[in-house]
Amino acid sequence: MTQYRVLPGPEHFLPPAAASMGIYLPNPGEAHINGVIVPEEKAYEEAARQFLMAQVPTIFPGPLVLWAWNEKAAKKAAAVRKLYEILKECVQPGQKPMLIPMPDYRPKYPKINPEVEINPNHPNLTIWHNKIDCCMFIGVHCHQANLSLKIIRGGTSCYTVAMCAQAGHEDAMLSFRDASVEKILKLGEWIRKLKGTVKPRLTTAKTSASN
Amino acid sequence: MSKERIKISPDLYDIMPSDYQDLVQSATYGKEDRGWKDIGTSKELIEQHSLCAGCPESMAFRYILASLPNPEDTVMVGSTGCTSLVFPMVAVHNIHSLFGNQNAIASGLKRALSVRFPDRVKDVVVLAGDGATVDIGLDMTLQAWFRQEKFTTICFDNELYANTGGQESGLMQKGFVAKMAPVGKLFDKVRLPEIARESGCHYVVNCTVSKPSLVEKVIRNSVLIAREIGPTYIQLYTPCILEIGKNSMEGLQEMRDSEKPTERFAYKEYVSEPAKQFLAELAAKDKERKAAAKQLAGKA
Ligand SMILES: Cc1ncc(C[n+]2csc(CCOP(=O)(O)OP(=O)(O)O)c2C)c(N)n1
Ligand code: SF4
Ligand SMILES: [Mg+2]
Repeated sequence: MTQYRVLPGPEHFLPPAAASMGIYLPNPGEAHINGVIVPEEKAYEEAARQFLMAQVPTIFPGPLVLWAWNEKAAKKAAAVRKLYEILKECVQPGQKPMLIPMPDYRPKYPKINPEVEINPNHPNLTIWHNKIDCCMFIGVHCHQANLSLKIIRGGTSCYTVAMCAQAGHEDAMLSFRDASVEKILKLGEWIRKLKGTVKPRLTTAKTSASN
Repeated sequence: MSKERIKISPDLYDIMPSDYQDLVQSATYGKEDRGWKDIGTSKELIEQHSLCAGCPESMAFRYILASLPNPEDTVMVGSTGCTSLVFPMVAVHNIHSLFGNQNAIASGLKRALSVRFPDRVKDVVVLAGDGATVDIGLDMTLQAWFRQEKFTTICFDNELYANTGGQESGLMQKGFVAKMAPVGKLFDKVRLPEIARESGCHYVVNCTVSKPSLVEKVIRNSVLIAREIGPTYIQLYTPCILEIGKNSMEGLQEMRDSEKPTERFAYKEYVSEPAKQFLAELAAKDKERKAAAKQLAGKA
């Protein structure tokens, strides 16, 4: 049997949960890329590369960082903001970094405004509307992240990164685990390091939309 | 107090959709005397609803949300039906339950919250349609009352299954013909308020939502009594204008017509002895508090 890999879609209407296809989660100090366990350092480089390559690299902060539940959450929010600023600094003309919140998990269909928010139950509306071709989830509770990442893989060609505060996400194409302020900023450092060395995909007009 | 608990991270404040910013800035969380008069002047706890235009359920929702004494520490339990279309737009914690299971879920939830937060008051409020409360969920409704579970049950009585196109419900009037019940109801409207009383509810009210001040009083009483004494039941007439062939602006008149003294939604209230005593104590404390505030204002 060929080994399943977590790749950009569109896979099909109901892609399988990657875990059910034999993909397992990284141990501390590790990450996964496309379902293959790698040292964390390698994942920083690849995530930075994907961000710099994308036409619309986007960060989706979820409730765990949008709301200042405690001091740590507010600090992570500050790091997310910093990461976004770095991204803006490092992209080339024609690339359009975005920072779009996921404040809520309740299905708001059909009232979502895809320009200002993303909802985990129909994330593709935001991805299609803004032509997002690389995104990162941070501060999204695991069960909602898994659901949403699977929907994105099913219906778009968007590359998904999970900066997960727990054990990581099989359903993302690249996943960190044990996210912290330091890890978020380290990704920023890698983006700075690779600035100017990655060719953006600006020519492909059709980026994320599958229909 | 409560606004302290809903702060947006300052570094991401500007990207939050304005609804959430408004909620933190100008919702009435933590306001002791909140009520229907806050509607329109402060952030309401409901966004645009997805009910039919003019549906009285939307008025009922607004009044109820404005009247909850403790919205930041309240969890509402809903069930399938037109009401469930609104919950995604409501800024109070809520759980959607399997159709009919709402009072069972609320029982477990209330108990779990008491264990998890022993030092904090947590209110549980069930809000479901008549089909969910009286037909498919009757077992769960009654058992919760028998067990004296301390939460409020609100039934939006539109006298049929509206969300599925108009089937007969136990609370439908005798003889009524609905779109999907062409023969006409053969038996009387189930007398759930009386059953509630006999089943151990301490506060039971049957009325319409034509008067916001009345809804405010009833909801407040029902939540506070449930918190301290035992189960309470509120049956509100929220006519399905679509099914009874009324226009969007005719819901209010329909309610007014149905609450006349001889009609089926004439105001009816039952208060148990312990609840009466509790309400009297509450009124006395309220009077004292207001007098003290007035005195303080006079001195200032
Ligand atoms: C277990 C289950 N049985 C049946 C249904 C189908 N169903 C959906 S809404 C509904 C009627 C709801 O009627 P009511 O509780 O009176 O609420 P209304 O829509 O009138 O506000 C029914 C039967 C369901 N969703 N789940
Ligand atoms: S179907 Fe009836 S009860 Fe449901 S939203 Fe429309 S008017 Fe209201
Ligand atoms: Mg009904």
